[in-house]
Amino acid sequence: MARYGMVIDTKKCVGCMDCVVACKTENNVPEGHNRDWIVTVVNGKFPTVNLEIQSQRCNHCDNTPCVACCPTGASHVHEVGKVVLVEHNMCIGCKACLAACPYDARFINPEGYADKCTFCIHRVEKGELPACVSVCPTHCMSFGDLDDPNSEVSRLIASRKNHQLIPEAGTQPRIFYLT
Amino acid sequence: MNSISRRKFLKISGFTVGAAAAVSAISPVIKGAKKINKEKIKGIQKIPTYCDICFWKCGAIAYLKDGKLWKIEGHPEDPLSKGRLCPRGTGGIGAYSDPDRLRSPLIRTRERGKEEWKEVTWGEAFDYIAEKMNKIKAQYGPEAVAFFAHGIGGNFLKHTLNAFGTQNISAPSFAQCRGPRDVGFELTFGDAIGSPERTDIENSKCLVLIGSHLGENMHNSQVQEFATAVQKDATIIVVDPRFSVAASKAKYYLPIKPGTDTALLLAWMNVIVSEKLYDVDYVTKFGFGFEQFAAEISQYTPEWAYPETGIDPELIRTTARVMSQHKPATLIHPGRHTTWYGDDTQRSRAIALLNALMGSWGRKGGFFFPTKFSIPGYPYPAYPEPAKPKVDNPNKKYPFASEEITTGVRDATITGKPYPIKSWFVYATNLMNALPNEEETIKAIQNLDLMVVVDVIPSEIAGWADVVLPESIYLERYDDLHSSPFKEQFLGIRQPVVDSPNDQKPNWWIAKKLAEKLGLGNYYPWNDIEEYLDFRLKKIGMSLEEMKKKGIIHGNKAPIYFEEGIVPEFATPSGKIEFYSPQLAEAGFDPVPKYKRPEQPPSGYFRLLFGRAPVHSFSRTQSNRILMDMMEENEIWVNEDVANRFGLKNAQHVRLKNQDGVVSNKIKVKITERIRPDCVYMVHGFGHNSKMLKGAFGKGASDAQLITKYKTDPLMGGTAMNVNFVTFEMEA
Repeated sequence: MARYGMVIDTKKCVGCMDCVVACKTENNVPEGHNRDWIVTVVNGKFPTVNLEIQSQRCNHCDNTPCVACCPTGASHVHEVGKVVLVEHNMCIGCKACLAACPYDARFINPEGYADKCTFCIHRVEKGELPACVSVCPTHCMSFGDLDDPNSEVSRLIASRKNHQLIPEAGTQPRIFYLT
Repeated sequence: MNSISRRKFLKISGFTVGAAAAVSAISPVIKGAKKINKEKIKGIQKIPTYCDICFWKCGAIAYLKDGKLWKIEGHPEDPLSKGRLCPRGTGGIGAYSDPDRLRSPLIRTRERGKEEWKEVTWGEAFDYIAEKMNKIKAQYGPEAVAFFAHGIGGNFLKHTLNAFGTQNISAPSFAQCRGPRDVGFELTFGDAIGSPERTDIENSKCLVLIGSHLGENMHNSQVQEFATAVQKDATIIVVDPRFSVAASKAKYYLPIKPGTDTALLLAWMNVIVSEKLYDVDYVTKFGFGFEQFAAEISQYTPEWAYPETGIDPELIRTTARVMSQHKPATLIHPGRHTTWYGDDTQRSRAIALLNALMGSWGRKGGFFFPTKFSIPGYPYPAYPEPAKPKVDNPNKKYPFASEEITTGVRDATITGKPYPIKSWFVYATNLMNALPNEEETIKAIQNLDLMVVVDVIPSEIAGWADVVLPESIYLERYDDLHSSPFKEQFLGIRQPVVDSPNDQKPNWWIAKKLAEKLGLGNYYPWNDIEEYLDFRLKKIGMSLEEMKKKGIIHGNKAPIYFEEGIVPEFATPSGKIEFYSPQLAEAGFDPVPKYKRPEQPPSGYFRLLFGRAPVHSFSRTQSNRILMDMMEENEIWVNEDVANRFGLKNAQHVRLKNQDGVVSNKIKVKITERIRPDCVYMVHGFGHNSKMLKGAFGKGASDAQLITKYKTDPLMGGTAMNVNFVTFEMEA
């Protein structure tokens, strides 16, 4: 069974937000909400400045506080790719998962359920890439099976310097940022 | 004088309803077919077209789900997008659902600029316009009508106005944008840069960006190639007063003092010539006046440039040597928006000369020779012979202007000289934000007898119109066939994906109907645009039906570099690359560029710089709700030390006051280490004050409003805008 993850090359990313827009149209994300977003980390003093741009979203963690805390079982790990999903019909909108997520990756959809990135599982199951990956004009994002040592994502993680977000939270996030 | 009686309106509209009915009778099949094919089909339909959210015109595929617009993606066959649109293109469907769109033709009911209107029929609008145009023609001649346009959608209106008898057609893309760059390169190599830029970024081994903020400026192909260059470990050198996104990818970042780029360029060339680091064969073979040039720049040492630019002389030397190591695949990017300080053509010429020293013109990784798909035009009757020369550049005041000067038309409209301009047509360009000094634009408009704006949204310039005509957005219309000069030949088609939601009409229909109303129907021998497109496509052995399915077709492979067989030819007077320019000397200008120190801000003031965000095009997309969700207001970038000095807090709102006392709308402060302390920066296009733009109204501030001062480039009439200074006014 695959374990899907994402690798994002911050050296190539320009922070254009195409990933955010593509997610919005692909998944019909309501106005005022986004399932992914851009964070710009600036360090240093002018003119010796360092900039890292991160396209962020649900990390589809191996260790999932959002699933553990869900009182109804709506938040769950999908059998395909171990992607973390929310079953809308089962969700009561209690926001426990919003509080549990260290990445602030979830929001309450105006229709009342917890909403977030799905790794575009509806596309992935058809053999397509997630919308954010497929649209990126800089080709800075890769998606694939972290358990397959020959996948592009595994090879990039093995060969390039990288980091995850808030690893100290212990959630074992599956998005890796190349630096 | 501009009012028309209610009775007269009724009479006219009675007549035009009949005319409109006749029109729709011509094309019932098309209209019907559209509804049947798209709205009734369940599931997914994919319809190829090309984008219109900026002027890059990327090939795209629009998706309908159960007959409703769902999303839009890049067309994989398109060499511009390579299957990936930029964020604006991806968010293009937001233009369809924008609740602030223009819905029906409007005629104003109060004085200009008050934005009070009555909705009218298309027939009433055309009658009003045609009557005024005919009056103007009778009294002043047809040249008294001027047209400002941006983008391919203006082609048909241009045709109508040419047929009417005017040649006074201009676009801000020259004198307010890329003009100095194109003229600087024409003077040096005999050829302009063009659009899309002929820059071979993906093969460049050393890329130098001077104020170009690729990645924030989201011209799709260029950004894709930039990312490729980064991946291939090209050496990137960025010169910018602001630590741009591109700067974060650079090996060398030169935090230059604003306005001193020419000093840096001269010092770089000084190092390269004195250390003989240039492409000697290339310069010997193709160069003209190199000795005079070399003698002239021998004075501009890095030590000379240091106090001007603030750039360490050793860093100037190092970067000059690095550039030379990678020649001829060293690309000093010419930029696009280059109207900065008033000597911009000379700065652009210095960039051209530095490229000439690298031997990059015509070479892989430098500047390629674009190739273009060739398709015959439609055989129209000849336009009337112009009775008067164009109005914008009388007596060649700006001797090297190679296109029409918008601000020259504006001057003529204000002064009535060399002859009066009495009507403006404005297509898809928000002149209030594009031209410097809003007051002059308003003064010109007040001299008009007729002002018509054709657009999809109620931009600020629409607020000043007498008649506003609502155009269908790109996803609802056909446009002319599109082929750009680029690395390979291609032809693209734009076709309707959905119906217009209200009474919006495509530009070709507006232009044709107006022509017919003016008695110029013979200039439109075709009944509708499908017939026009099919006629043209048949000339190349294609058909409209086939083209609609493919969206994009490819032409022949053609060489684009000297290495591939392009013959090195230079359309300059000497037939060579002009290091020393006799034609500039003859016209009384510097034959080799010289540096002029820019005026400095008074104490407590900061130079106002502006640029682009990747999610918006000019001032045209702020009401697109998808793109608004990405960025709904701009911020003023302030260096941290300056912020501390002024007691500014991050995210607080301030107003900006310029040197002439003009105060901006309120704007959020962004305190950052990414900018020099002597300037501030904002993204262009925000701070809308058109009441009809309900979503974008009052969000952020407008740089254009603060650009009361401008300096005109004496070579080509470009209006430099980075010459304004602002200070902070605290919000109570």
